[in-house]
Amino acid sequence: MKITNIVTNIIFFYVDGFRQMKVGKKLWLIIGIKLLIFFGIMKLFFFPNYLKTTYDTDEARSMHLIEHLTKERQ
Amino acid sequence: MELMNTELIDWSRAQFALTALYHFLFVPLTLGLSFIVAIMETIYVKTGDQRWKTITRFWMTLFAINFAIGVATGLIMEFEFGTNWANYSWFVGDIFGAPLAVEGILAFFMESTFFAVMFFGWNKVSKGFHLVSTWLVAVGSNLSAFWILVANGWMQYPVGMEFNPDTVRNEMANFWDVALSPVAVAKFLHTIGSGYVIGALFVIGISAWMILKGRDVLEAKRSMVVGASFGLLVSIFLAVSGDESAHQVAQQQPVKLAAMEGLYKGEERAGIIAVGILNPDKKIGDDLPPLYGDVEIPYALSLLGYHDIDAFVPGLDDLVLGNEKYGIEGAASKIEKGKIAVQALQSYKEAKKIDDKIAMAEARKLLDEYMPYFGYGYLEKPTDIVPPIALTFYSFHIMVGLGTWFILLFLIVLYLTMASDITRFKKILWLSVWSIPLGYIAAEAGWVVAEVGRQPWAIQDLMPVGIAATHIDAGNVKVSFWLFAVLFTVLLIAEIKIMLRQIAIGIKGGH
Repeated sequence: MKITNIVTNIIFFYVDGFRQMKVGKKLWLIIGIKLLIFFGIMKLFFFPNYLKTTYDTDEARSMHLIEHLTKERQ
Repeated sequence: MELMNTELIDWSRAQFALTALYHFLFVPLTLGLSFIVAIMETIYVKTGDQRWKTITRFWMTLFAINFAIGVATGLIMEFEFGTNWANYSWFVGDIFGAPLAVEGILAFFMESTFFAVMFFGWNKVSKGFHLVSTWLVAVGSNLSAFWILVANGWMQYPVGMEFNPDTVRNEMANFWDVALSPVAVAKFLHTIGSGYVIGALFVIGISAWMILKGRDVLEAKRSMVVGASFGLLVSIFLAVSGDESAHQVAQQQPVKLAAMEGLYKGEERAGIIAVGILNPDKKIGDDLPPLYGDVEIPYALSLLGYHDIDAFVPGLDDLVLGNEKYGIEGAASKIEKGKIAVQALQSYKEAKKIDDKIAMAEARKLLDEYMPYFGYGYLEKPTDIVPPIALTFYSFHIMVGLGTWFILLFLIVLYLTMASDITRFKKILWLSVWSIPLGYIAAEAGWVVAEVGRQPWAIQDLMPVGIAATHIDAGNVKVSFWLFAVLFTVLLIAEIKIMLRQIAIGIKGGH
């Protein structure tokens, strides 16, 4: 019972806080748009994790790097 | 040797520089303003004076605007590590990942939890709990910075790891060597110090503007007292931490120090160049003068770099060509050793393919011996170790010059607010306003010194940037560079507009 009360109080604390926001609403909108652009556009189309998407295993990734580090170096 | 096409590397570097510099427009104000707000709230709780509560809430709102606009802009750099710098990311292994993970789990969550109490908790939690939350947000922000700078410090001075040729990764051997490396600690203290100074400049600048406009003058004057007192203390701290930072650079990155000072021929009892213009025709090893119109502070560089007035400070000529008298190894010899290390890695790879254990052990032994020079194996000529001198030199001198001005400004403003009536000193008030952008210029110049000055290295002595970059389409990097440029500029404009609107409402107006 006591735990339920604490959880309810915390939820109300946040809900009430968000309701009373003035400039905060605009800031949350900016944060939302920013994250959408970062993850929905930038990460998806321009920033794939090269080694994770090109190679399936850590062994293959290590092989790629050792080839890269030793190829035509001498 | 083939390093990769330079266009791709240049664009990848430009993109990283752009995102890091933009990110660092938002971060320092968060670091500094969080403590100033906590101090203001402490005064409110101690005195019970409602004016201090109004003042605290005004600056807290500006802090929130900056925090919200800046939050997550650092994520972009993590994207770039995975895409543009995949070779580097794999090579550094968990060394880089561990501090960033600690940052995410500990500091970020601590910061965000108490952030809610700080903003939603007025009149809902006790004064004491609210105050503790405000202080914890400040501490959390600074802890975040600590872990990020530990990661950066490791790139400048790689310690606490062992290279594993099987995984081709550096593996952490001692977490505390990484976390408490003297370079990382010095870098952390100096960087947060710059954030505190920016916070203080912001407070006295905005307060000065309000006084000039005759708005909320009493609250603005009180803000100025806090801003100037805090600013004076932290700008002195910044100078002291800068001294330690330079000392570490002298020990671990002497080429950077020589570039910062435009020092070609090393000397004992070396002085610091207070002002001077670099000779654009000067080359390594020639006899042309390195500087024109220079004014030197005698002995200061030996003292700063080595804490010894008689110490020899090596110049670029000594570090590139070597100097037997002072036991300085030239870059050509290091390049030879680097090639042995790279060859040993190749031998190890070939021996492993045919499961020749003896050959593997021999190659491993050689690799371990020459690993400290590994990165030199990818350089073509000794002068490749020299960073862009002009950019490093001028950035350093701009940073130091502005840092000196800030100490003077805080001293004057504090004196006039405490012992006189600052509202009568309009020129000082305008100087305070115009010093806000100067704080950012100084901080960004500091980053340029730290990052451009360590070129050609992505990881000092172990990996040059040309090897760290990924073979991807340069066109993609160009497109995303411009997308970031537009996006971050829009964010910056949004921040300035929202801030100005909030400032126009005034200290008392918002509440």
